[in-house]
Amino acid sequence: MSVASAPRGQSARFAAEYATHRRHKKVYAILFGAAFALCTIAAGITANFDVLKLVEGLPRTTEFLLKLVPPIGVATFTADMREWYWDINKWMESLLNTLLMAWLATVLGTLIGGFFSFFAARNLAGHYLIYWTTRRLLEIVRTVPDIVWALMFIIAFGIGPLAGILAITVHTVGAQGKLFAEVNENISPLPIDGIRAAGGNWWQEIRYAVLPQVMPNYMSYTFWRLELNVRSATIVGFVGAGGIGHDLFTSVQQLYFADAGAILLIVVATIMLIDVLSESFRHSAIGKASFAQ
Amino acid sequence: MTVRLANLSALDIAAERARLPRMFSRSPGERIRQWSGWIVVIALTLYCLHRFGFLSKDFLHGLTKFAAVVVAQLFPPTGFDNLPMFLKVMGETIAMAFIGTLLGALFAFPLSFLASKNMMRSRPLQFGTRRFADLLRSFDYLIWALIFVRAIGLGPLAGIMAIAIVETGTFIKLYSEAIENLDRKQIDGVTAAGGNGLQRIRFGVLPQVLPMMLSNTLYMFEHNVRSASILGIVGAGGIGFLLADRLRAYELQEACLIIIVLVVAVYAIDWLSKALRERLIGDHRRREPVDDAQQT
Repeated sequence: MSVASAPRGQSARFAAEYATHRRHKKVYAILFGAAFALCTIAAGITANFDVLKLVEGLPRTTEFLLKLVPPIGVATFTADMREWYWDINKWMESLLNTLLMAWLATVLGTLIGGFFSFFAARNLAGHYLIYWTTRRLLEIVRTVPDIVWALMFIIAFGIGPLAGILAITVHTVGAQGKLFAEVNENISPLPIDGIRAAGGNWWQEIRYAVLPQVMPNYMSYTFWRLELNVRSATIVGFVGAGGIGHDLFTSVQQLYFADAGAILLIVVATIMLIDVLSESFRHSAIGKASFAQ
Repeated sequence: MTVRLANLSALDIAAERARLPRMFSRSPGERIRQWSGWIVVIALTLYCLHRFGFLSKDFLHGLTKFAAVVVAQLFPPTGFDNLPMFLKVMGETIAMAFIGTLLGALFAFPLSFLASKNMMRSRPLQFGTRRFADLLRSFDYLIWALIFVRAIGLGPLAGIMAIAIVETGTFIKLYSEAIENLDRKQIDGVTAAGGNGLQRIRFGVLPQVLPMMLSNTLYMFEHNVRSASILGIVGAGGIGFLLADRLRAYELQEACLIIIVLVVAVYAIDWLSKALRERLIGDHRRREPVDDAQQT
């Protein structure tokens, strides 16, 4: 039925309702826009945001970025590259350290976080108080940035990769604890009932009813966390907690910009490689097993 | 025929196991592969534990020191005289995140159309924009902040630029994914009704992608408050400078107060942003739309 053939009164009512609807939408849009503009201005003032200073700074940024790459000639390519990467052995060792730091922090953090996830799952925690306390604890641990944890661990363990590993581990515990707890909460109780009915004990319940359900999600979250932890491991070095970030930070501080550029290139290549590897690994190893959203 | 479990004897089970071994366990090849995988994982982990000194006495010593010195001295928080200053700097941190996210969204919006397969005919340009976004994203905020502090000087502007650059990369990825997932029919409808190119975007594309984009942007703002809080460590403004300064000077109790301010502010922003997202867009189902793209 077309509008034209509708009774007169009905189409007039529709027009009126449509007009009110439009008006409401307009009022909302204006109010929202005004609030947003107000926030923007307030934020601009608070953060001393100065467009002129920004415009002035941009050419200097390009200039700086150009300083990161030394002149490389086509004819002398190999020699130039060799000179640019003069300290490649040390940087590669730092890179290896960074990757191993991320690996260890992921393994330790996942084990500890996985342990806590059972207490942070509403259906497995037993008592509400246990559930609530564990959840809050994991939240706080996760909210404190890993680099802040690194600063604290440096006080006790001194400068070096150990502090960085512990910092990333603590952050990983918070993240994995929460994500795993959500996986645990989404499991079906039927297999557990089945094992229990067949006379299984608590361990058998976990082994044959819970783990098969949660493992695919656990694995995919762990790969993803490993990828994120490699990123974290590259920056905890800024405060002296080991890894390639330390080399990057010192070379920038000492104004060796070509070194900084060389290290940045290593970092970006590694991160991109790990992105690709992790993605293909996740797809092949886990298949379509609900990468839970 | 019904089989009762109670009637099954161990002998029956053994007979079945001999007849259908694969029903009871994996094939030897699969087992070997699985076990060797675990052995590699365990060996690598043990090696790392050894390499980084977890297996030495110093580690235990450090742990006791951490408990005795750090944890014990954090409480009770002190420095309440400085609280107004901490709050002001926290406000600066949030403002940095706000402006940085906004700039990132503004830069990324036009580029995200270039990066979408269904909007961009030229494959090299589309692919190039995507890889450009990956490049921006692959450096951490702190690395960009380090670069901008060198280039435009100490202060929040460097932090804002660091956030804006990373976010440009993230938003190009997220927005173009939203654009690629849109329903063609709505655009065809506008075309059929005689709409031109601009009208197709305004009435066919934007109504579909805008809620998703807004939700993602708010979520990233929430995330960037966390990121902005550490940029001060390299001098790019925000509360990270104060926090790192207090921790390095062993003023742990004051650091504790700053951490409390930070945690409370992050909670408040999370809560506000979640409420806004539910209100404006009504998508409480997808609480974390971009986990895949960025660290939480």
